[in-house]
Amino acid sequence: MIAHLVDRAWLLSDSPQSRAQAALGSAYRLWCDFRANGPAFLGLVVVVILLLAAAFAPLLATHDPLIQNLGQRLQPPSADHWLGTDELGRDVYSRLLFGARVTLGIVFAVVVLVAPIGLAIGCIAGYYRGATDAILMRVTDIFLAFPRLILALAFVAAIKPGIGSAVIAIALTTWPPYARLARAETLVLRDADYIAAVRMAGASHRRIILRHIMPLCLGSLVVRVTLDMSSIIIFTASLGFLGMGAQPPSPEWGAMIATARRFLLEQWWVPLIPGIAILVASLAFNLLGDGLRDVLDPKQD
Amino acid sequence: MLVEIAGLNIVFAGRNGPHTAVRNVSLTLGTEKLGIVGESGSGKSLTARALLRLLPPAATATAEVLRVDGTDVLQASERRMQTIRGHRAGLVLQDPKYALNPVMTAGAQIAEAWRNRRKGTRREAREAAIDLLAQVQIRDPARVADCYPHELSGGMGQRVMIAMMLAPDPALLIADEPTSALDAPVQMEILNLMEDLVSRRNMGLMLISHDLPLVGHFCDRVAVMYAGRIVEHLAADRLAQASHPYTRALLDCLPSLAHPRPRLPVMTRDPAWLA
Amino acid sequence: MIVVDDLRIRFGDHDVVRGVRFSVEAGGSFGIVGESGSGKTTVMRALAGLNDAWDGYLQVAGVPLGRGRNADLHRRVQMVFQDPYGSLHPRQTVDRALSEPLLVQGIGDVDRRIRKMLSDVALPAAARFRYPHQLSGGQRQRVAIARALISEPSVLLLDEPTSALDVSVQAEILNLLTDLRAERQLTYLMVSHNLAVVAHLCATVGVMSNGEMVEILSTEDLRAGRTQQPQTARLRALSLEMN
Repeated sequence: MIAHLVDRAWLLSDSPQSRAQAALGSAYRLWCDFRANGPAFLGLVVVVILLLAAAFAPLLATHDPLIQNLGQRLQPPSADHWLGTDELGRDVYSRLLFGARVTLGIVFAVVVLVAPIGLAIGCIAGYYRGATDAILMRVTDIFLAFPRLILALAFVAAIKPGIGSAVIAIALTTWPPYARLARAETLVLRDADYIAAVRMAGASHRRIILRHIMPLCLGSLVVRVTLDMSSIIIFTASLGFLGMGAQPPSPEWGAMIATARRFLLEQWWVPLIPGIAILVASLAFNLLGDGLRDVLDPKQD
Repeated sequence: MLVEIAGLNIVFAGRNGPHTAVRNVSLTLGTEKLGIVGESGSGKSLTARALLRLLPPAATATAEVLRVDGTDVLQASERRMQTIRGHRAGLVLQDPKYALNPVMTAGAQIAEAWRNRRKGTRREAREAAIDLLAQVQIRDPARVADCYPHELSGGMGQRVMIAMMLAPDPALLIADEPTSALDAPVQMEILNLMEDLVSRRNMGLMLISHDLPLVGHFCDRVAVMYAGRIVEHLAADRLAQASHPYTRALLDCLPSLAHPRPRLPVMTRDPAWLA
Repeated sequence: MIVVDDLRIRFGDHDVVRGVRFSVEAGGSFGIVGESGSGKTTVMRALAGLNDAWDGYLQVAGVPLGRGRNADLHRRVQMVFQDPYGSLHPRQTVDRALSEPLLVQGIGDVDRRIRKMLSDVALPAAARFRYPHQLSGGQRQRVAIARALISEPSVLLLDEPTSALDVSVQAEILNLLTDLRAERQLTYLMVSHNLAVVAHLCATVGVMSNGEMVEILSTEDLRAGRTQQPQTARLRALSLEMN
């Protein structure tokens, strides 16, 4: 079985011998399509590098990101401090690595929280229609009606600033579009003949939603989530910048820019470097999402 | 000659190398009714689309001769092709739902097609549109002119589509499965209408369909396509004497009200047909 | 096996089916013909339990149909849909499509049943783990027939099962349906706009027009031209002219 994973002919076989082979073959075809898309592949590579950097931050870092050295403050990049030091003499390169953990951690926490909620609410609303749909969609509309940043700020201010609050605040304002998307897809899918066929097989509503409708909504949801990751990164950074996200001395990218903005004119690299990190990460997720859309979006089948 | 095709090949670039969808097709069309018949994937629609240079981007057409109304389609400028598509040749598609603009009334769409060709005031264009609607035998043309496509039935939509295609007074009408989405009685009405208009206006008609008896009924000549090739070319009234086994099998496998059979003969595809 | 009495269906304020009645005996085959919008498919979907908004009396295999979920209805009635491109789940293999009814209804011996069913509808065993996009239109329709029959229903509803297929494939599918009915003593209810196809497969034909069933006659009477209603005569004349 494992040996087959590198066997192109086995993967691309027109008559697979098992469910696993069929599923792997279909995944391999998607992978081939994805590989052919240069920018998307570049996006994937960058995302993987970011993830590895975050995972192995303690090994890759040259300094402790929290240790201050006031004698060494605001140094330009050098052999000792690859990306220079900040206003408290901390190593920017090491802070960037550990900051990736915070930023990507927030992003993934939001996604894990939000995607299933949006998917479930959207599929249930679209499948049952009627009163269920009306109630769920009005609730969605209420959340959609709030200006995102203001709702998040109010929420964080009401509880207490910090990463946990930031995650919940971003999640609160992120799920409605996913519910909308899943509902729109479900409305079309529920009337498809193949869903009628499962209904006639006697399958329960729960089974139909979970096993037949949700997997089809998943493709466009994944695309949408990936594309949104860049805006979540920026949103996280904005909250950090406004002092409502990660709290000092935690090396969050937005907070790093916020504290370094005073030095924009003289020691411009201090705020610029986390800015570039935000740019690169959000661009990579965008490219990746665009590529996934080309491969996964059922409308282009 | 309205249409001259010699040695037409259409090749698709695919993941597993190039795929030839149309192979060495040659035919001509004057002011007559030619039917092109074949099953799905036989290349009949691609052949017609190649004439108007409307092939999908992955397809490439090559030919010794490919001329519509005297213009070499493979060499012509895009501007010249637009004139051909708009003025010299009309294309009627299977489903008027997708071919008509949903936010314009039927009358406005026909008037626009008419004004593309001739100079005239809005009022003249509207009158021409109503006149064309009357020509496609719509009983209340002034009312239908103010309808949006979704307010029209399938048959009515197809009549509007034909009126729109006739507006610039083309010399050639290409109809790609114009009636497959319609019920049998409406199908007959639309085909009778097309036959009548084409004969009266002295046009050429290329009718593309999967329905051999239907095409035999309405056309002067029939070309039968199989796997990208024309396997047989004959006068429509000689269909019953068709010599190619594929043509015979196509006719034979239809259930018939008049001649019941407990089982239908199944077509066995002979590799020699691909020769 | 099937009894439909005074069936009335409204969509909004539009009467789509107006007092239709007919019955099909066990092992019989009944075809409904009519133009699009005549209500023929609506009748079939009510019998399939896919539409609850009906009035009147419906009975399948001796049991009256209620509204809402009819769990045991689905053991008796299955349906083959018109468009083989839209009736198979695009992300599920043939194997998955065929095992779903068995899993849902708690029927065991999945592997053997699937292999037997594939051979019964003349699909190669190699097709078992293919996705719909790897199959031709005719093969897809065979999968749809296999999916309908794998839970061994007694009634098969056929909604234009060949109208989206090439004529050579249509002949194969019609032959297959003939054979399956004989082997499994199935009762067929078929809907089509093609009179010749209905007459080929069904012993009795009902003609629908404008929500009503205007005439029910045997296929022999239809072939011989012993029609009572102008709608029937018109459909018959058209069908003969085109052949």
